[in-house]
Amino acid sequence: MAKRVGMEVSIAVAEAVKLADADVIAAYPITPQTHIVEHLSELVADGELDAAYIPVESEHSAMSSCIGSSAAGARTFTATSSQGLALMNEMIYIAPVLRTPIVLAIANRALSAPINIWNDHSDIMSVRDTGWLSIFAENGQEALDLTLASFRIAEDPAVCLPISMNIDGFTLSHFIEPILMPEKAEVDKFLPPYKPQLWLDIKNPISIGLLGGPECYTEARKATDDALWGAKRVVIKAFDEFNQVFGRQYHVVETYRHEDAETIIVSMGSISETAMTAIDEMRDQGQKIGLVRLRLWRPFPEEEFLAAVSKAKNLAVIDRHMVMGCSSGPVGLEVKSLVYNSGLRPGISNFLLGLGGRDVTRDDFKYIHEKATSGQVQARCEIVGVFE
Amino acid sequence: MRAADVPFEKVTNKNFPKGPDSLASGHRACQGCGEVLALRLLLKALGTDFIAVSATGCMEVCTGPYPQSAWRMPWIHVAFENAAAVASGVEAATHVLRRKGRGHDQRIPVVAVAGDGGTADIGLQALSGALERFHENFVYVCLDNEAYMNTGIQRSSATPFGANTTTSPIGSHSKGQYTWKKNMPAIAAAHGVPYVATANPAFHLDLMNKIRRAVAIEGPAYIHVYAPCPTGWRMKPELAVESGRLAVSTRIFPLYEVIEGRYQINRKVDNPTPIADYFKAQGRFRHLKEDDVAFITKRVNADYERLVDLAEKFPVD
Amino acid sequence: MTKPTVDAMAKVGDLPMGFTAKPGSTVAFKTGDWRSVRPVLDREKCIYCGFCYFYCPDGVYQDMGKDEKYYKADLDFCKGCGICAHECPKKAITMTLEEV
Repeated sequence: MAKRVGMEVSIAVAEAVKLADADVIAAYPITPQTHIVEHLSELVADGELDAAYIPVESEHSAMSSCIGSSAAGARTFTATSSQGLALMNEMIYIAPVLRTPIVLAIANRALSAPINIWNDHSDIMSVRDTGWLSIFAENGQEALDLTLASFRIAEDPAVCLPISMNIDGFTLSHFIEPILMPEKAEVDKFLPPYKPQLWLDIKNPISIGLLGGPECYTEARKATDDALWGAKRVVIKAFDEFNQVFGRQYHVVETYRHEDAETIIVSMGSISETAMTAIDEMRDQGQKIGLVRLRLWRPFPEEEFLAAVSKAKNLAVIDRHMVMGCSSGPVGLEVKSLVYNSGLRPGISNFLLGLGGRDVTRDDFKYIHEKATSGQVQARCEIVGVFE
Repeated sequence: MRAADVPFEKVTNKNFPKGPDSLASGHRACQGCGEVLALRLLLKALGTDFIAVSATGCMEVCTGPYPQSAWRMPWIHVAFENAAAVASGVEAATHVLRRKGRGHDQRIPVVAVAGDGGTADIGLQALSGALERFHENFVYVCLDNEAYMNTGIQRSSATPFGANTTTSPIGSHSKGQYTWKKNMPAIAAAHGVPYVATANPAFHLDLMNKIRRAVAIEGPAYIHVYAPCPTGWRMKPELAVESGRLAVSTRIFPLYEVIEGRYQINRKVDNPTPIADYFKAQGRFRHLKEDDVAFITKRVNADYERLVDLAEKFPVD
Repeated sequence: MTKPTVDAMAKVGDLPMGFTAKPGSTVAFKTGDWRSVRPVLDREKCIYCGFCYFYCPDGVYQDMGKDEKYYKADLDFCKGCGICAHECPKKAITMTLEEV
């Protein structure tokens, strides 16, 4: 039986890595991710997790070591944030094409400059198109559950791709929350021992990481993209089987009071909890508002998203990453392009908020609702609460 | 046991492994490439029971164009500056999988191979990290052809003083490379690793025995290999091995080992060949005047004598 | 407009997972046609020392054994660099112009 514990979310993520019996962890300290890898190194030091902890000298080497370790057949985990993910960038592009199912926890944080350690989604959004699966947790339980699910999804023979499990830095990573900590036996039912699809085996050698010229580069990239799109089916199956073992059902797109909503807020991550509280208050005042939350960000769950927003008159899409010199944020752009091409014609407004740790309040969502239902759709993303 | 006493099977002319090369023919290295010769001999010394990791560079490009690979052992290439970090991950994985009963129950050496740019310049941080972390089955080989040859003969920090490259060109205000070659073996040795060596394909048995010793010793090892490049050095393709011999006999590239901080010169050179003899076959040095050669000779001799001092003060035996 | 095409090496669905290759598979690529000169051995002069074999960057020499006592070049792969001829202590190898 699962035990209910009060635990910092970062520690819960590390405990999930222990429950998954990871073989290799290669990591470099960066705020606000550090508590995850600190706890993992403690677990290794105490003999509670039989793994190699490689204290690398940079995030670039962290991801390089993870690619090496995963290619050598080990269940591999790392965690980072912000500048760390930016430094990994070159390796981030390589891992999916080499089909290394690494699990990367990102405690999302703003990118410099100015240097800022607090939460937004600049880091993950800057590597969104690289071939990684990408999922977002909203609370501590989800962070633990999705870490377990991440190993299961990434290592599925049909997927064999790396995955990023995103938690908001500080506002989620550093909170102490009540968490149901599963038993190892339950986890073993859900997550089988890792069987690599291809690995550096001296008895059956292969060469990984070849040169691909103009006559095969396109095909190699497309093969990776095909695997990524195909992964959605596996994500849904893994979530269903997770429910069978643990009794908690996740979906690639989560909804809240959206059935009869005229206006739908589209969000990701932990601000969705604030949004739901604001929605309850607005509902009490008779507003027909609901929430659609993207749990799976890559591959983009197109059908599920369109089904969830099909009846809405207005969509208010939240972005937490500033795209400079462009009319919309990344989520806004993608929602607009998807919804427009589907033939649906809701008004789509795009709002940027919660940058660099700026508080996101219920009033922000009430303001967003007002703007989204005003009948005037702005061409450009509006930065909520900017002083100018 | 002292690292110097760790046993390993020595390659000799009599027991030379005459079976198939561990690096297959059909690779696209230039005619007369001394770097691929060094690589062929290094891999041949090890057989195929190990994992090779390549940095981006000449050797990676010429051995792994899809859908082919010249490597007969498991091989991975990820990027330019990170061969040491990738090898760290591979090494940790093989180690832990063996412990957990999921890998092969044997010690699997991991050998990272990179060029001078991938080692002394862009890869220095990853290499330093890997050496410092003391991976048990980790060998790093720098194949030093003294410039960025794969991108078109640009200077690196391993390019020798006076060499004409495409980014240290000679001109009215330039005599070519104006900095002295970075001393990578000394940097590696400063990490306190058990084994550092220099090697050269012209001394093929010495080279092959050094990698065998590097693999036999537990803990990280670094081998710095002279890798003559006829294309980049503006040299006739048949001269790679001869240039290797001259590099040693002129004291330009001394052959030595640093075993647990103790020095051993493998080829003592009491009466060096004039450096001009080494330079004359290579177009990259053709512009140098007598006084330039005198200046270089002075510094080469000083560096060599310092090495002799170290070998006398801190001998292996 | 017709869809532009190139001579692709493989279709997306045919690529191996992870874009890998089999070990030693470059042997399918014959580098012998890079050559303008070929090594010709005078077996009378050959002392079976093995320098041609040790120093060949392309691994083209094969040991013919203790009875034959010489090393034979595989011209499928020999690029004609001439190291073997240059290193031969008995000058038993001559680089000879390929006839077209």
